[in-house]
Amino acid sequence: MLQRKDLLGLKDLSAEEIYGILDVAREMKRQLDCKKTERILADKALVTLFYENSTRTRSSFELAAKYLGASVVNISVATSSVQKGETLIDTGKNLDAMKVDFIVIRHQMAGAPKLLAENVGASVLNGGDGMHEHPTQALLDMCTLREKLGKIEGLKVAILGDIKHSRVAMSNLFGLKKLGAEVYMYAPATMMPKEIERLGAHVCKSREEAIEGADAVMGLRIQLERQNGGLFPSLSEYSRYYGVNDGLLKYAKKNVLILHPGPVNRGVELTPQVIDGEKSVILEQVTYGVAVRMALLKLFNEYRENNL
Amino acid sequence: MKLLIKNGTVVTPAGEVKADLLINGKTIEKIAPDISENCKVIDASGKHVLPGIIDIHVHLREPGFEGKEDIESGSKAAVAGGVTQVCCMPNTNPVCDNAVVTTYIKHRAEEVGLCKIHPIGSITKGENGESLSDIGKMKSAGAVALSDDGKSVGNSQVMRLAMEYANDFNLKCLCHCEDKNLVDGGVVNEGCNSTLTGLKGSPRAAEDIMIAREIALSESLDIPVHICHVSTYSGVDIIRSAKARGVKVTAETCPHYFILTDDIITSYDTATKVNPPVREEKDRLAIIAGLQDGTLDCIVTDHAPHSVKDKEVEYSIAAFGISGIETSFALSYTYLVKSGLMTLSELSKKMSAVPAEILGLDGGALEEGAVADVAVVDLSKKYVIDGKKFISKGKNTPFNGFEVYGEVLYTIVDGTIKFKR
Repeated sequence: MLQRKDLLGLKDLSAEEIYGILDVAREMKRQLDCKKTERILADKALVTLFYENSTRTRSSFELAAKYLGASVVNISVATSSVQKGETLIDTGKNLDAMKVDFIVIRHQMAGAPKLLAENVGASVLNGGDGMHEHPTQALLDMCTLREKLGKIEGLKVAILGDIKHSRVAMSNLFGLKKLGAEVYMYAPATMMPKEIERLGAHVCKSREEAIEGADAVMGLRIQLERQNGGLFPSLSEYSRYYGVNDGLLKYAKKNVLILHPGPVNRGVELTPQVIDGEKSVILEQVTYGVAVRMALLKLFNEYRENNL
Repeated sequence: MKLLIKNGTVVTPAGEVKADLLINGKTIEKIAPDISENCKVIDASGKHVLPGIIDIHVHLREPGFEGKEDIESGSKAAVAGGVTQVCCMPNTNPVCDNAVVTTYIKHRAEEVGLCKIHPIGSITKGENGESLSDIGKMKSAGAVALSDDGKSVGNSQVMRLAMEYANDFNLKCLCHCEDKNLVDGGVVNEGCNSTLTGLKGSPRAAEDIMIAREIALSESLDIPVHICHVSTYSGVDIIRSAKARGVKVTAETCPHYFILTDDIITSYDTATKVNPPVREEKDRLAIIAGLQDGTLDCIVTDHAPHSVKDKEVEYSIAAFGISGIETSFALSYTYLVKSGLMTLSELSKKMSAVPAEILGLDGGALEEGAVADVAVVDLSKKYVIDGKKFISKGKNTPFNGFEVYGEVLYTIVDGTIKFKR
């Protein structure tokens, strides 16, 4: 079904491919719920190659692979060794030589998964590259929206938070637009990427404008180091002027969903009431995350068996 | 020794003339129709005879970075590009901040003996932006200008003092304009494409602020200044209005700024990574307009050769720079002259006479009595750029696959053929 070796970003995927992944993810979620997964990846090996810290994405990929019977090796590379250590291309070629089938890479530099993919035979899955894309996160977000709301076309999705440094926002923008949803964004000007409206986003002037009539509201993590970088004065000020609270959710649709890619800063981008409230699907996102990654591994495995 | 170039179209300060050009020793003896001389003859029928290109912004990398380029490989690449004189930037290792390094470069250039090489000394010691290099001693050793190229002198007071002191020695500062704080680690132009790729953007303002600062210093001190590799539409405007006020500012740009836009970065090809970054269509058009109306005085390459290992890495950590000295004439001719934006004479001035004038170098024009630095080119010859075939050690070009016109057939320096295709 997928006609590509690698998953580098949602910008490259067609709507048909995205729906294809979401359809398989639905089946994987069913298998996962009853803990009866097919061992379709026996004899296959997956490496997680992480140049940045991660708990959720890496364990999600690892479990997805293991539920399907694959062997998994985790490699963490210290940020400091990127410039003085082995080149990314050499690392990839070594993994290839070990007959690895899938490499999940997370890297602080945009484009690193593409560079790796061009130099290895293994399928490369982008686990997040710099400020570029985090396609599996957006796929799991779309999977959650589709399962909870029945469709994606025509939805209004509001994304609030540090959009400039968010690969999650970028992948969601590309993916949601392809499936016919509209994306509204709000952030301090210091955290809004330049000219993102040219990529199809609606850039809002207030929280209310972004959330008005929204089917889903996604908060993005605010990293403390951005405060030290001068992008905003303090977390409390951020929370007061840019955070999402219950009062603001009155502007949204009644059955609005609250999403967050995690990890959440409680009381910063979302209040605890919003995080733990009945509209929140933050933990369900995590389950769909495993299902989506299982779906991707199944589909890329099929591509490899048919084409390589 | 005499050398006769017959039947060519000679590009002189007065325009193009069908004539023969006779060289006697190091000097052009005569430009006239139907010269007969019993000496070596180059048949230039159907070809054009230009003053050798004078490229005042080149990185030859020696001493210290010979893996990227050295004076010999850079000289060979230069003459293959029709370049007869090169000014080389001081960001070597050690930095050319003292007369020993200046002398070394001059010495190596003479040993290699291809094109003329003029060292540019650094403004500050080690390009540290703090204390002045040995400006007077470097001048005595042959430095023709000063620059901390690769960065700006961040401290405005240091820059002011440097301009004043250098002016005593009749040396001009060539200013790389970049506010480091504002660049903030950016590697591409800030705009839609930086957002699309997730590559960190650097705003035009980072370049414009420093252009404006150098002009303000030049204006208040009444000391000439030269602005390097202008890439922004707004920078062109700042320079244009300064010139209108009579400020002694000159400026250069490079082929990549009037040919490319940042659409090319979406490939993540590190050959497209250059500082300042290629920007958008409105910048490209403004650069062309600036060249046309004289706001931008000259065309240089900012030839920045790199080894494969500097470029075959993640975009964010790849080296900045384009290897351009072998393609500058063909690209400029194709995109400026063949496309009708200026005449061949105008282009030739921007690549030879004007840069010579800016730095007070001998040469740059084909006239009787002038130094015999000459390039013979075939303007009708079309070819496809392939960085793998570069003579330079730096194969890093974003122009692979570009079809260009204007092949250099001969390069003559001081009356001697130094390159023949």
